[in-house]
Amino acid sequence: MPQGDYIELHRKRHGYRHDHFERKRKKEAREVHKRSQIAQKALGIKGKMFAKKRYAEKALMKKTLAMHEESSTRRKVDDDVHEGALPAYLLDRDETTRAKVLSNTIKQKRKEKAGKWEVPLPKVRPVAEDEMFRVIRSGKRKTKQWKRMITKATFVGPSFTRKPPKYERFIRPSGLRFTKAHVTHPELKCTFNLEIIGVKKNPNGPMYTSLGVMTKGTIIEVNVSELGLVTLLEKLCGVRLSFCLSFWHKLCNGMNSSPVTVAYRLIVNAGKYAQVTNNPENDGCINAVLLV
Amino acid sequence: MEVEAAAAGVAMEEERELSNRVMCQLKDSEGTPLGAPIFLPESAGPKELQQLVNKLLSNLPVTDPFSSPNSFHPFLSLWCNDGGDAYGGSNCNFKEEKLPYAFYVSDNELVVQLGSYLQKNKVSVEKVITIVYQPQAVFRIRPVTRCSSTIAVEISSNYVYGVRRQSILWLNFDGTSVRAYGSGHTEAVLSVAFSPDGRQLASGSGDTTVRLWDLNTQTPLFTCKGHKNWVLSIAWSPDGKHLVSGSKAGELICWDPQTGKPSGNSLVGHKKWITGISWEPVHLSAPCRRFVSASKDGDARIWDVTLRKCVICLTGHTLAITCVKWGGDGVIYTGSQDCTIKMWETSQGKLIRELKGHGHWVNSLALSTEYVLRTGAFDHTGKQYSSPEEMKKVALERYNKMKGSAPERLVSGSDDFTMFLWEPAVSKHPKTRMTGHQQLVNHVYFSPDGLWIASASFDKSVKLWNGTTGNFVAAFRGHVGPVYQISWSADSRLLLSGSKDSTLKVWDIRTQKLKQDLPGHADEVFAVDWSPDGEKVASGGKDKVLKLWMG
Repeated sequence: MPQGDYIELHRKRHGYRHDHFERKRKKEAREVHKRSQIAQKALGIKGKMFAKKRYAEKALMKKTLAMHEESSTRRKVDDDVHEGALPAYLLDRDETTRAKVLSNTIKQKRKEKAGKWEVPLPKVRPVAEDEMFRVIRSGKRKTKQWKRMITKATFVGPSFTRKPPKYERFIRPSGLRFTKAHVTHPELKCTFNLEIIGVKKNPNGPMYTSLGVMTKGTIIEVNVSELGLVTLLEKLCGVRLSFCLSFWHKLCNGMNSSPVTVAYRLIVNAGKYAQVTNNPENDGCINAVLLV
Repeated sequence: MEVEAAAAGVAMEEERELSNRVMCQLKDSEGTPLGAPIFLPESAGPKELQQLVNKLLSNLPVTDPFSSPNSFHPFLSLWCNDGGDAYGGSNCNFKEEKLPYAFYVSDNELVVQLGSYLQKNKVSVEKVITIVYQPQAVFRIRPVTRCSSTIAVEISSNYVYGVRRQSILWLNFDGTSVRAYGSGHTEAVLSVAFSPDGRQLASGSGDTTVRLWDLNTQTPLFTCKGHKNWVLSIAWSPDGKHLVSGSKAGELICWDPQTGKPSGNSLVGHKKWITGISWEPVHLSAPCRRFVSASKDGDARIWDVTLRKCVICLTGHTLAITCVKWGGDGVIYTGSQDCTIKMWETSQGKLIRELKGHGHWVNSLALSTEYVLRTGAFDHTGKQYSSPEEMKKVALERYNKMKGSAPERLVSGSDDFTMFLWEPAVSKHPKTRMTGHQQLVNHVYFSPDGLWIASASFDKSVKLWNGTTGNFVAAFRGHVGPVYQISWSADSRLLLSGSKDSTLKVWDIRTQKLKQDLPGHADEVFAVDWSPDGEKVASGGKDKVLKLWMG
């Protein structure tokens, strides 16, 4: 990569070579054959990667071609004859069939029993115990091996005090303790640096949850009150707009103050859940996505 | 001797005491009294009253019973002498043809003797009792009990010896076998209609075809293909010469029932599906030319079959029109999802009146003269007419007789669980609000004689209401699923209902109880129809089968 503009300067001063454009054109024409030669000859991992890239380009090209071929003129819409014919008086009513309702209720019950909820990362790789803990030898002769040190990021909370060393079984090193997380709002697509309030659930087990270990996929509770007015409004936007507006008007009229001040007053320590999306022990920071 | 005379005297006295008399005034359904008040013995029952009314109406030259202001009636002597038998009269000539009547004392039907009725209801005998008589249909329709044929799909083709390969043998409930050539519908049957003379049957289905069935052999006659999507509604012209069907694609096709071929191209104009079709009554124009079709796109169009185009487009509704009816005085009523009913004038297509009152979609409309308009000039005698003028005249006579002097009544059933009874020609405010259903009212239907209104609702009940006042009369419970459609028998004595629970039930109006249960469908019943001659009932549903039931 030229690190200056000396090439352009030379071209400005002395012009191009006499055969420059012809050579360029021919070189570009040969490019196609060269690529195909590389594709055929490259071996091993290099070949595989090249083939993958080439295939992606082919698929993209096909799509763009199909897009161009779509004519802009409107064609006659031929509705297919659907199954499940209904008489006219039932057409505007969407009555879920009995079977569907039944299966829906069964699914709901199963979900509630299992305690599964919709999260961005439903499945994570389980973390083995030897990966999570490192054995710390202690004692005069360093023979006792009952202590464990956690090698993953943890959260201890502001009121944390260590237990006396004689009884401390799990050591959470202060270097791996985090207080803040980078939380991304999935719809607004912006990231905020929010304080962590606590670890809600670690998918690897309840023991890790109680220890405050944060691995990939952990649900943590973050303090969203720092976000201020913006967050509140977008929280309210989740509710139906009409309700929101009427509620606002009533509230403002009732409290005899402007909407802005009302909003500020309403903000308390609002906590919201977020799910950790990276491996904090590798990156040195916690990235999470807000669960809305 | 003396003892005997004394005993006889006592007996006579006892007899006279037994037969206490009540002062009664007979009135017809509009309130005009029939003769002067008369004394009737308490032992008089509906039979005797019937004879009396027949006598009075037929105006035979008998000794005028009302010349003497006092009570001694020639009939009374008859009744007093014989305990209960009143038929053995010698000096009374009864007319050969006795018309049946039903009697009502303060809206309750009189089925027992007067005396016991009065005692039960504790009506005072000192006042004049008003007995309202109402003529009933002369013919009696037998209730349908058995399914005579199930015409279905070729899914299970049982081949029978010696018969052509494509025939299907079906066994029905009473054991007799029925052969159905070809096949039936391949998708759910959405609408069923008998022709006004009751000779032909047409059904529209989700497989985009309309099928014409032969009622004598109970086999399919023609399969009319041409629609592009489900056939949602079909309607016969009142003179039986045309059949129009509307589909989900918004097109209408007019078929010739004799050949099964379309009479021309399909009539296009609506942008969304057709929800209802209604023909112009025959007494307004014969031969039948115009009909109105309603669609989800919110406008109703009047079409002319001879010109084969849309003559007038009635726009005004903001949401889908769910139901359309062409009234007997040349007014079109449209009920819509925007909770209003509009009345349109048919020559120019102008809006006459708007009937507001419902809180939710208007699902169904019914007119008090609807049955007469649908059957036109045909009645239970099965007479055929040759010329359109004759048909028009007869139809006009029948219509005027049916309507009487009262204005036409309209009842509308809605999603807000109530129905309104209107007299649209008189005022734009409803006459009565009929509440009581616990779910939406899907279908309302006036009885053929206009005396009753039946309503089918999604709360699994069918309710019966008085046709003139709109008062609640009875509720028919028995279905276990939402009731979709109802149909009256031609004599107004029986009511048929088809529901989502795949059964049909026949209800008796007089006893207000279930008369017959007709199971047999495998899935929801979407459409029912009773033939105008009262012989057969056709029902079609989601199980793709059309069933014919007979008495």
